[in-house]
Formats: sequence, structure tokens, C-alpha cells
Amino acid sequence: MRRALWVLAVLLSHWRRHKMQFATLLIGLIAATALWSGVQAINQQARNAYDRAAATFGGVRTAMLVAPNAATFSQDLFVKLRRAGWPVSPVLEGRVQLNGHSMRLLGIEPVTLPADVGNAPRLGAADLTRFVAPPGQTLVAQETLIDLQEAEGTAPPISSGAKLPPLHVLPQLVPDVLVVDIGVAQRLLNKPGQVSRLLIGKPNGRPAPLQSVVGDQLQRVEPTAETELERLTDSFHLNLTAFGLLSFFVGLFIVNSAVGLAFEQRLPMLRTLRACGASARMVNTVLVVELVVLALIAGLIGLVCGYFIAAALLPDVAASLRGLYGAQIPGQLTLHAEWWFAGIGISVAGAVVAAATSLIKAIRMPVLATAQPRAWQQAQHRWLILQSAAACAVFAVALFLLRYGESLIAGFGVLAALMLGAALILPAFLEIILLAGQRRARGPVALWFWADSRQQLSGLSLALMALLLALAVNVGVSTMVETFSRTFIGWLNGRLAADVYISASDNAQAIAIRNWLKDRGEVQAILSGGRAETQVQGQPVELFGLPDHALYRELWPLLEAAPRPWTRLVPGNAAFISEQLSRRLNVGVGDVVEVPAPGGPWELDIVGIYADYGNPKGQLAVNVAALIRQFPQTPQTRIGLIVPREKIPGLIAALQKQFSLDERSVADQATVKAESIRIFNRTFAVTSALNAFTLGVAGIALLTSLLTLANSRLPQLAPLWAIGITRPRLAAIELTKTLSVSLFTALLALPLGLVVAWCLIAIVNVKAFGWRLPFHVFPLQLIELVAVALLAALLAALLPVARLARMQPTDLVKVFANER
Amino acid sequence: MLSIKNLSKSFSSAGEPVSVLRGVDLDLRAGERVALTGESGSGKSTLLHLIAGLDAADSGSIRLEETEVTALSDAGRASLRRNRIGLVFQQFNLIPSLSVEDNLAFQARIAGRHDAAWSKELIERLGLGSLLRRYPEQLSGGQQQRVAIGRALATKPSLLLADEPTGNLDEATADDVLALTRDLVARTGCGFLMVTHSLHLAAKLDRHVTLHAGRIT
Repeated sequence: MRRALWVLAVLLSHWRRHKMQFATLLIGLIAATALWSGVQAINQQARNAYDRAAATFGGVRTAMLVAPNAATFSQDLFVKLRRAGWPVSPVLEGRVQLNGHSMRLLGIEPVTLPADVGNAPRLGAADLTRFVAPPGQTLVAQETLIDLQEAEGTAPPISSGAKLPPLHVLPQLVPDVLVVDIGVAQRLLNKPGQVSRLLIGKPNGRPAPLQSVVGDQLQRVEPTAETELERLTDSFHLNLTAFGLLSFFVGLFIVNSAVGLAFEQRLPMLRTLRACGASARMVNTVLVVELVVLALIAGLIGLVCGYFIAAALLPDVAASLRGLYGAQIPGQLTLHAEWWFAGIGISVAGAVVAAATSLIKAIRMPVLATAQPRAWQQAQHRWLILQSAAACAVFAVALFLLRYGESLIAGFGVLAALMLGAALILPAFLEIILLAGQRRARGPVALWFWADSRQQLSGLSLALMALLLALAVNVGVSTMVETFSRTFIGWLNGRLAADVYISASDNAQAIAIRNWLKDRGEVQAILSGGRAETQVQGQPVELFGLPDHALYRELWPLLEAAPRPWTRLVPGNAAFISEQLSRRLNVGVGDVVEVPAPGGPWELDIVGIYADYGNPKGQLAVNVAALIRQFPQTPQTRIGLIVPREKIPGLIAALQKQFSLDERSVADQATVKAESIRIFNRTFAVTSALNAFTLGVAGIALLTSLLTLANSRLPQLAPLWAIGITRPRLAAIELTKTLSVSLFTALLALPLGLVVAWCLIAIVNVKAFGWRLPFHVFPLQLIELVAVALLAALLAALLPVARLARMQPTDLVKVFANER
Repeated sequence: MLSIKNLSKSFSSAGEPVSVLRGVDLDLRAGERVALTGESGSGKSTLLHLIAGLDAADSGSIRLEETEVTALSDAGRASLRRNRIGLVFQQFNLIPSLSVEDNLAFQARIAGRHDAAWSKELIERLGLGSLLRRYPEQLSGGQQQRVAIGRALATKPSLLLADEPTGNLDEATADDVLALTRDLVARTGCGFLMVTHSLHLAAKLDRHVTLHAGRIT
């Protein structure tokens, strides 16, 4: 043991003399672990939130009975079923406005609530009494209490004026949900004796068949392992994971480069250790132990960094998930022990993978092997051929996935294969470019410039591959986001037809507002809308009521339409379908969709397809009057107004005063548009942050490669210095070389990035969201990215070049003195 | 103390076997100092590597005291080098990241046989007292070789093997280094086998053997 410790001390002493190399190794491991763990922390936080949402007193993980039209039904059915031996428990769900927030209100019946309902928090006996007995309790998550700026025990009023029972924190609850006794919910939602669904517990014995108890009034919905939210957000989390993985690999590039050089530099030391009597097994074991210890230390630091990255990104991610999918993610990070273990594990595994080739080389090294630093450079040509062949194979996989892949994973597979193939083929491309330069070179220094760049290529290729990947992802994602941004804003301009939008608290208030508006001369048109929820072919679908007004005919953008679509919409037997729903149902213009309605099936001819960016739900747009005929329960609380621009502020102020409406309930078009764009920008803030992170890590990879190469380059540079090239000139040549290869890499990253953007827009977006964007190229953005890449390369090259410029002649002379 | 019988070793060069040692016989008594000379490529270093267990012979026997070196496993050969053999190379092979003091004590520590008094005496005799905190790159060639000799003798080995230890040194320094080595070898009583090209240095040892055509003459 003591002997092993001495060997370990000797191996570690190398790092004391090569501090920069040690820092490089740690930076690589920390960078690899940090972003990967950060992203995993965010994903874990989101999944916990989905679980909490799914488990909120019977989510989709519980079998339930619902009305076929998804409407509420009489609680008499609940009584009938209980008597027939069905272990059911009623839930009433609706939305209420509280302190300006729209909240989901759940009414439950705690006595019959099945114990095995998902992982729902159970109410203890004491809590049960307090929950049911007047004044009762409103259960909320801690985050909700903070959002509402209310204290526990207060009983705030909702927008109708009715008071909630006192607030009580139940930590397991998801944010933005209020849970009350069902009797309270029926009163607050003004739905006496009504129930939204019945949760089914484990039956004792065999209850009577459902049909014989309630006929066709209710249908059974089986639990699903994955929530709708999880399905919808899969692509988002996959996207985050892809960024984390990219950064992880770039970090491993750094580790591989640092460990490779360290092992080569230590080969003579290993030989001496063996000559002094340390056995091969001991030296190899200690090498592995050293690596694992370093990986553990770096992994821990990386995890702490990952925690801070996750904490910094979480608000943006939460905003993205809320904006894109309506998912509520708590803004405060909570992590489980498995996250820490997984992070440490990935750090150790990554270090071992990155160091594998060097370790194997050291293990197989015969004790008398002559140290041949950078001998692998001699085998560069063979490697280039092998790597290019591997790249072609990976491109073939990409083509195969593109042609035959159907899933979102296949879409990401195309992206991954394209990028891996491009990274593998990069050194061969650069070799061709540099060789062409060498052949055209005139003069000895120029010739040396190109030849030495070629020789340096193998040492820099990993870092350049990292730069290529980071730049390509930046180009791809930036192009996609910019395309999305422009398309979204154009689409928003068309969609927001009215000048003022009102959201009444209930139908009674909506009628009062309409009547009041009729006497207002400045109001040119009152456009009533409405929305109803239903299911078509098992898919949740929103029915969107469109008023028949010329403004919509002018502005509402349709991607595809039958002749006279708007005219055909008016009678109520036709609909426009959103792009994502048309893809999901495989329905196009000319097809017929059957919608289950309270009065029986409603057949709708599809006469148009419209873009509905960012909406996770499929949507059918129908005439609003026809919607209300088919779904009489549809709240008619949404009102749009056409008003001359200069009259808008006065009208809004009057509405707010007359009906006590807050800013969320009445807004002008500009405000709604600004809010939508704000949400959009927030949605992609996390993407920008991850872009910057990956580019930063690639910059570090380049810096560390240049630093580690700097020392081994002295034998190449010293002869030039000896024949009369000054140190500053040598430094300038070195800088030019780094910038040249970085520029070539950046130029190659541009087409690759555009292909990535095309994949994101044409494959990943379509598979993830169901809509496709038009493809645009933004030349200024590309130029900006090339400039950023060159700046990163310049910063990375400055330190080693400055060292060279300041290097003392004695250090250069040593090359010839054979004392190095 | 060291007895080599009919030792053979060949290598493969461009696919063809090249016989380097063809039945070498050599005996060395305890405390005896022997110089081994021969043309370049005659197999001098190979013979030293085989004795030290750094490489394996094709056939023949190497017996160091009671141990048959050719029969040892890798771990056994490592133990032999650690405890009973000191090695000195032309290129010094010091550990660049350790100070002179740590380099001197290194092998003794690995062997678990660090003797502070002997270590102090070695430092004094080698004249390294003022250089202990320095690193190898801060030393001259002669100083580096003195550290290497100190490291090899720190365990008081039975046999000191030196592969052209003065090859990188000027004549005066080479003489000094050899004189020091002879003194220390006499002090420890170990056997000393030195490979050298210099007949001048070879003449300063007790016996001089030559390796020619794969055999000792």
C-alpha cells in the first residue's frame, strides 16, 4: 500500500510541474460534468413537476369515468355507482381568477378518495376534519402562496367576490392549483350538483357492469404511464439533453487532449518507475486510481457548477415550458441524491472513456519502449483515411434515418449523425485545404507556414471538431429561432384581428359588457368568441369559435384552403384545422372530421388549414354561433372589439371602471402582442444561454489544446528562431496559423449549421410540435457568428502566443542542448 | 554473485530474426567491478536489460545470488530491481517532476528500505547537499548523473548496472563520476557491471570483458 502511495505521489508530482495541463484536465472534466448535470437537474425538476401534476388527486395516471363530450355531469351518477359497488370518488375541475392569476380549482371528496389514486398526498384524519368542516381549507403549493402574495390562513376572494376557504400549504401539490372540498368547488364554480370526473379506486369484488348502472352517460378512461404534458415536453427536454450531451462531449475532447499529452510526457517517468522496481500492475492500477480520484474531485466541482447553471437557467426553462406547453415548473431547484451520484458517475465514466486510449497505451507499453512523444502524428495519414471512412458510414446512417425514420428520436438521430460525420471528416477537409495552400506557397516561410499547420492539425483536430460542432449548433439553432421569431410575429399580426380583447369572469358579466358596449359609439364591431374542449380520435382538441366578420377574412392566415372557405364556415358544417392537428389526425382539406358534441356527432368538412404556432393542443376553428349551438355550455366570456386607435385607451379605462376589470381581463392589441412576443423571447432565452455555454466550452477546448501543444512545439520553432526569425514574428505566424484553421473551420460550420437548421425546422419541429416553418437564411447572423468564432480563437491563441513572444533565448537554446 | 550461462536473445528486424546474444557466459563476484565494452549494436545494453529483468531472454540462465532471474514473473522481476539491483542510464532518467532529494530517495521508498543515515552519507559523498531542492532540469549533466547513481545505490543493492553512465559527459566529469561510483561500490560491497565505449574508463575497473559476435571474449 505504501509503495502504491509513493508511486501515486510520483505520478501526481507531474501535475505540480505542469499546472496548466492539470488545470486543462480539470476544466475539461468540470465543463463536461457541469452542463450535463445542470441540464439533468432541470429535466429532473420538470419531471417531478409533471409527476406532481399527474398525481394531483387523480390525474391521467388514475383510471376515471368521464362524460363522452368531456362536459360536467350530475353527481347523481356518482351516488348510483357507489351503490352499485363502484369505488369511485368525484372531482370537479374549473378555473378561477385569484389576485389576477388564472388558477385551476379542484374540488375533491376526501372521504371516498381512493388511497391508491396515483401518488396523491393523503389527508390524515385530523387534516380531513379541518378540510371538510367549515370554514374548510384551500390546499395550495408553497410556490402558489408566494405567487399570490398571500399568507397561510388567509381567505382571499376570487374574481366573482366569493371567498375561498383559508389557504393551507400541502407541499406535494403542483403550483397554480387550488384544492377544496367538492361542495365548496361547486359553489365557487357555480356548478351545483355537477362533477367533472369520477376517479376509480381498487374494487372489492366485482361491481355491476358500468353500462348497466349509468348507460352511455359515462365512459371509462384508462390510466396512461406518460402524461400528455410529458409527451408534449419530450422534445423540449430532448433538446436540452442534446445541448448537455454536446457540451459533455466537448468537455471530454478537452480531457482526451490533456490526458493524452500528459501520458505521453509521462512515458519516460513510467519507464523509470518500472526500472526502479514498481511492477506493471501497480503502475497501471495507480494510473487508473489517479484518474478516478481526479474525476471525483472534478465531478464534485462540476456538480456544484451544474447546480448553479441549473438554478440560473431554471426561470427561463420554466418560462419556456409555461409558454410552450402550459406546464408549471417550480422556480426553486430541489435535487435528489441520485442526481449527485449520477453526476459523479458520469464524470468518472467520461474521464475513463476520454483517457481510455492513453491508459491502454500505457498498460500495453513494454518497459523498454522508447518514449516517442507525438509518434501518433506519424500515423496521421492513416487516421485521416479511417476517420473519413467512419464519417461516410455515419452520413449513410443519417440518410437512412432521414428516409425511414418516423419518430422524434429519429429526427434527433439525423442531427446527431450529421454532426458526428461532419466532425469526423473535418480534419480531412482541413488537410486538403492546407495541402492546397502548401502547394501554392512561394518562399520558405510561407511553405513552412502551411507544412507546419498540417503537422499541427492532428494536435488541434479535437478542439477544432469541438469548435465546428458548437458553431454548427449555434448557426442551426439561431437560424431556427430567428426564422421562428419572424414567422411568429408575422403570424401574430394576422391572428390578432381585434383592437381590444376582453375576458369576462362569467357569462353574466359578458352579457352585461356586451349590452354596455352597444351604447358606445366608438365601438365599430363586437366580435364574440368561444372555446370548447373535446376529443377527436382520442386526441384532445380545442374548438375555437370564430365570429363571421370581414376582418377575419382579410387577416386570418390560411396555409391551405378550399374555394370560398370563409363562406363555407358560416352555416356551421365546416371547419378550419390547425396544422399540428391536421398532421396528427392525417386530415387535410376536403376531409371530414366527426366531433363528439352533447347533441350527438358533429360532422365538419375541413375547408382550410391554418398555422397555430406554439399551441400544444390541436385546434378546430368553427363559426362561433355554430359552436354555441352544438356546445351550449361554452362560456361566451371572450369578446373582441374593433375600435379606432385613438379611442382605445379611453374605452379600456371606462371598461375597467364600469366592470372592475383588471389588466389581464381587458387589454389592447398592442399589449397582447407585446406580451406574446415577451413570452416568445423568454421561451428561447434558455436556448441562447445554452448556445453561449457550448461556444464558450469550445473556446476553452481550443485554448487548452493550444496551451498543451505550446511546449511540444518548441523543437519546431527553435530552428526558425536560430536561422533569424524573431520571436515576435514567430508569435505572429503562430497566431495567424490558429486563426486560419479556425476560419476554415468556421466557414465549414456555416453550411453544416444551415443543414442543422433545416433538420430542426423540417424534421424535429414537425415531429415535435406538428408545424413546419418556412426556411430562411440570415447572412448577417452568419457573419456575426464567424466573427465570434474568430474572436474565440484569437482569445484562445493569445496566451500561448504571448508566452512565445516573451520566451527567453535560453529556453530556445535548450532545444539544441538536448537538455529538455 | 552473478552467474550467466549460455544466454541467448534475438530480435526481429524487418521480419527477419537478428541474433544479438549467442550463448553469453559471464560471472561476477561480490564487490567486483567489471567493464563491458563492444561495438555499437553488439548487445551490451541488451545484456544489461536481461540481467535487470527489463527484458526476457530466449534461452540460458541468469542467476543473481540464489535467484534465477529468467524464471521470475513480471512482479518478481520488479521486486528484484526494487530490492537488489541499481540501474544507471546514459540519459539519467530522473523523474523531472521530483526534486533532487525526492529523486534520491525514490527507489528506497518504493522498496520500503529508506535509510536516513545512508541517504545522508550518499548526499555528502556525491556532493549534492546544496542541490537537494533543485529539479533535474536545473542541474548539469554531471550533477544529474550523480543523482541517478545516488538513487541506484540508495537501497544498497547487490548489483549495480550502469549503461554508458558517462556517455553524455565530458572526459573530466566522466572521470569524476566514475571515481565516485567506484568509491560507493566499494563502500556498499555490491557488484558493478558497467557498459562503456571508453577503453580509458574500462581500464579503471577490476576487469574488462568485451562482447563480440554475441559472445563474451
